[in-house]
Amino acid sequence: MARRGHVMSLEQWSVGGRGFGSVFVFLLMAGEIYTTFTFLGGSGWAYGKGAPAFYILCYGAIAYSVSYFLLPIVWRYAQTRRLVSQADFFVAKYESKTLGVVVALVSVAALVPYLVLQLKGLGIIVSEASGGVITQAVAVWTSSIALVGYVVVSGVRGSAWTSALKDVMILAAAVGIGVYLPLHYFGGYRAMFEAVEAAKPGALTLPGSGMSPAWFISTVLLTATGFYMWPQFFAGVYTARSENVFRKNAVILPLYQLVVLFVFFTGFAAMLVVPGLKGAAADLSLLRIVEQSFGSWTVGVIGAAGLLTALVPGSMILITAGTIISQNIYRVMAPAASDRTVSLVARSLVPVLTLVAVILTLRGGQTLVVLLLMGYNFVTQLFPALILSLGERQRVSAASAIAGIVAGELTVVFLTVTGASVATLLPGAPQMVKDLNVGFVALAVNAVVLTVVALATRVETPVVTELARTR
Amino acid sequence: MRRYRWLAAIPTLGMLGGVPFANRVHPYVLGLPFLLAWIVVWVVITSLVMALIYLLDSRRDAELASAAATVPDDSRSS
Repeated sequence: MARRGHVMSLEQWSVGGRGFGSVFVFLLMAGEIYTTFTFLGGSGWAYGKGAPAFYILCYGAIAYSVSYFLLPIVWRYAQTRRLVSQADFFVAKYESKTLGVVVALVSVAALVPYLVLQLKGLGIIVSEASGGVITQAVAVWTSSIALVGYVVVSGVRGSAWTSALKDVMILAAAVGIGVYLPLHYFGGYRAMFEAVEAAKPGALTLPGSGMSPAWFISTVLLTATGFYMWPQFFAGVYTARSENVFRKNAVILPLYQLVVLFVFFTGFAAMLVVPGLKGAAADLSLLRIVEQSFGSWTVGVIGAAGLLTALVPGSMILITAGTIISQNIYRVMAPAASDRTVSLVARSLVPVLTLVAVILTLRGGQTLVVLLLMGYNFVTQLFPALILSLGERQRVSAASAIAGIVAGELTVVFLTVTGASVATLLPGAPQMVKDLNVGFVALAVNAVVLTVVALATRVETPVVTELARTR
Repeated sequence: MRRYRWLAAIPTLGMLGGVPFANRVHPYVLGLPFLLAWIVVWVVITSLVMALIYLLDSRRDAELASAAATVPDDSRSS
């Protein structure tokens, strides 16, 4: 798959010329799963919250089983239309460039916090690994510059290769540490969990209120819903050579995800071995226990693996955001632009977006998980419009999709700014309802607005599309 | 018809539907507290069920392909 011509086309840069086989797509998808969030946030949640962290293990398995059916449909459509971005999919399905612009704006609004999350994790890892010699600011700046360089030059192909290297390192590191620590400190897994239960009764089960089973189930469902709505995941689908790739991945990825289990083990071990990290500092628990157990040189090794876990998703985010802005916003404003210009714009946006993310990283103060959840709620709002577009006939109008998405996003912003939960919105509701993930409120607003507008603006001539053949 | 594809819903229903009942520490399974073991088992079942669907789909695709070809298909019927 050599590059054609001197300037890589947008199709080469953003979707690798649609020539990736099972292994490459697997690495890209898996590379997205094992982000800094999984590495630091997963152990941080187990450390700080206990059993609620298990939700991280659940949503992936559900999203993968859905992907078996969803992704081939998406892939077939994208393949015949030569789509390069997620927003393209909406533009083609709803025959509306305006909807494309709306989706593009939502995507960028979600991708930037996700990139910030990666950079934040990166800064923590490097500064910890260097024993504080390298400050977080220096770490974030230098790795961002490296990131921009390789994204601009190699596009999505570079991401897939980096992902291969990263997965080997992280598998070795995460599994090795997770296997060793419980045996070393407690003599076994059961002994470790019994010690945790004795020290912090209730840490291994979900509480009766707050992060209760109702919270757990609703959060898993919401997260699984939003999983493939991430624009970089969606566009990752386009890189595949055939639809069978997704079916194979749906079989393997749930098992592969069990690596998270070892990340949890590390978090629980840290709970007893390096206690006292509060709030955002819980994200440091993995690095602290590694340092204490193996000495500082191992933190360097973990740091290198952690660096790559931030770089792979970071590069995918930059490629996706660059593609979306150039293809679905710039091209709409400048219809005369040539493919070559659009491709160049996509790449020139990479340093700009990185700069924005670096500034937000160095000035922001939230913990890793909160940031991710907000981004998640943003992209989840694309779900109703996407699902409704999968049938053979386009039954709802672009106007209704736009109205639903905009209403949903405004609700997300409102809920985030006011810090509302279902409990504050419905103080009289039963505890089970109060514990539901507040993201469902935004999704419900979205669905209601979409339905009302869809009924008011019927599609006059249903557009017949050739995909979604039922066999 | 590919009705067997509905099997894919089982792991999700089992995993999440069971959470309120599996929300306990004892008994330990393979050294894991019960809630965690419950989730892990269902993640493994997810892979198994998807593998089964994959096999059935592959077989069905092969049947359709041979039916589409002019060679008469004397093998399995659905």
